[in-house]
Amino acid sequence: MNSAEQLKFRDPARAAALEAALAEQAKRLGRAPVTVMHVCGSHEQAIAKFGLRAAFPIELDVIMGPGCPVCVTDVPEVDEAVALAKQGVRIATYGDMLRVPGTAMSLADARTQGARVDVVYGVAQAVTLARQTDEPIVFFASGFETTAVATAAVLLAEPPANFSVLSAHKYIPPVMEIVAEMPGSKIEGFLAAGHAATITGWGVFERFVERHRVPVVVAGFEPLDILAGLVRLVELIADNDIRVDNTYPRCVSREGNLEAQARLWRVFEPQGGRWRGIAHVPNGNLRLRDEFAKWDARRRFDIDLAQLWDHAPPRLVAQCQCGDIMAGIASPHDCTLFGRECTPDAPVGACMVSAEGTCKIWHQYGGHPDLRQIRRRA
Amino acid sequence: MCLGVPGRVISIDGDVALVDFWGVTKPIRLDVVDAPVAPGDYVLNHVGFAIRRIPAEEIGETLALYDELLRRAHHDDLMAADVRAELEAAKDE
Repeated sequence: MNSAEQLKFRDPARAAALEAALAEQAKRLGRAPVTVMHVCGSHEQAIAKFGLRAAFPIELDVIMGPGCPVCVTDVPEVDEAVALAKQGVRIATYGDMLRVPGTAMSLADARTQGARVDVVYGVAQAVTLARQTDEPIVFFASGFETTAVATAAVLLAEPPANFSVLSAHKYIPPVMEIVAEMPGSKIEGFLAAGHAATITGWGVFERFVERHRVPVVVAGFEPLDILAGLVRLVELIADNDIRVDNTYPRCVSREGNLEAQARLWRVFEPQGGRWRGIAHVPNGNLRLRDEFAKWDARRRFDIDLAQLWDHAPPRLVAQCQCGDIMAGIASPHDCTLFGRECTPDAPVGACMVSAEGTCKIWHQYGGHPDLRQIRRRA
Repeated sequence: MCLGVPGRVISIDGDVALVDFWGVTKPIRLDVVDAPVAPGDYVLNHVGFAIRRIPAEEIGETLALYDELLRRAHHDDLMAADVRAELEAAKDE
């Protein structure tokens, strides 16, 4: 793969110092393995791309949780988009959403059967599409709070009447509660995603930390940022100092972006709902409030889901371990499909579809990014 | 999809700024940015919206990752593709 030639740290001396500090803090733990979870596809991309797992001390397991918004889009949500598309409604959505499997098919499958599905890079492009036509355009919206803010801003700016939103937006803090309490969970600390926290502020994790008694550290995305965040997180665990800390102050404050939060919560309300493969997450789904009903695809259209239910689900899907992987209780290596029946060209599960899914990231950056597996066996 | 991209504000017209990203200029909406911005400021952007004014003294640290991604990454690299998609999400001028 191409990661080796790119492994170049901006400041090699600082990288080496951080690696040494991480090893020292991990030694203080006096036990292994200690498991921490991050909840962001971009963190996993950086960890895998820059080969950071090879620099992690043997005591430390860093796993990815439900940090891929496309992957946690639940089957019935995909079904709603597919049903609308098959009813003849034009859908606009992110490229990654096209191949996420629904009960019977994905949006890509619907498109090969004649449905009209446009790929866009963001909500603003979907609005532009709507302005160019009189027919209804439904934006199938995916993304965590960072992305939902953009959808909110667009709806507050009076988009055209033929535009509407099918929201699959999700809110990260509630799913951390679920994952922290999952039976069999070994997670002793969380690395929170820097750009989601740019919106929410790091203060949003204070109640979580009190309730679940695990520390949270907010970290940025550059390899040095991730190493620095992990050093602090392991130090907090070793000291049994249960609190929130912020190692990304250049983008994250305690209160966050209040302007963005105000718009987010004016447009959306949190509702309970399933996250694919994980669990029902109370307050984990962002749905449009009543006053935005005219732009809510769920209220504007009669979505006929029953039309999809005659089709049996594909056979391999039953073996997919995406849910356990996102919950942090399995790794792609535990999945018998990974790299064999399930590849980026022919994905079985959502984690292999999205650029932010654990399986796709591991597959792209070599598939076996954890050198310590070898060291442990030796 | 949650990786924002930093850029430098060139000019401002109402709620829209022209922002320079490594030589590519894109209109970026300012409705949800956390602090007032002026030409010359750096902002962190996500799907066409500025979400944070980045303190000038810290911009070097922030830009380094993106320099690396845009200059050196392979064409099918996931992180680099994410950065390019972020730029595509802003409308063209």
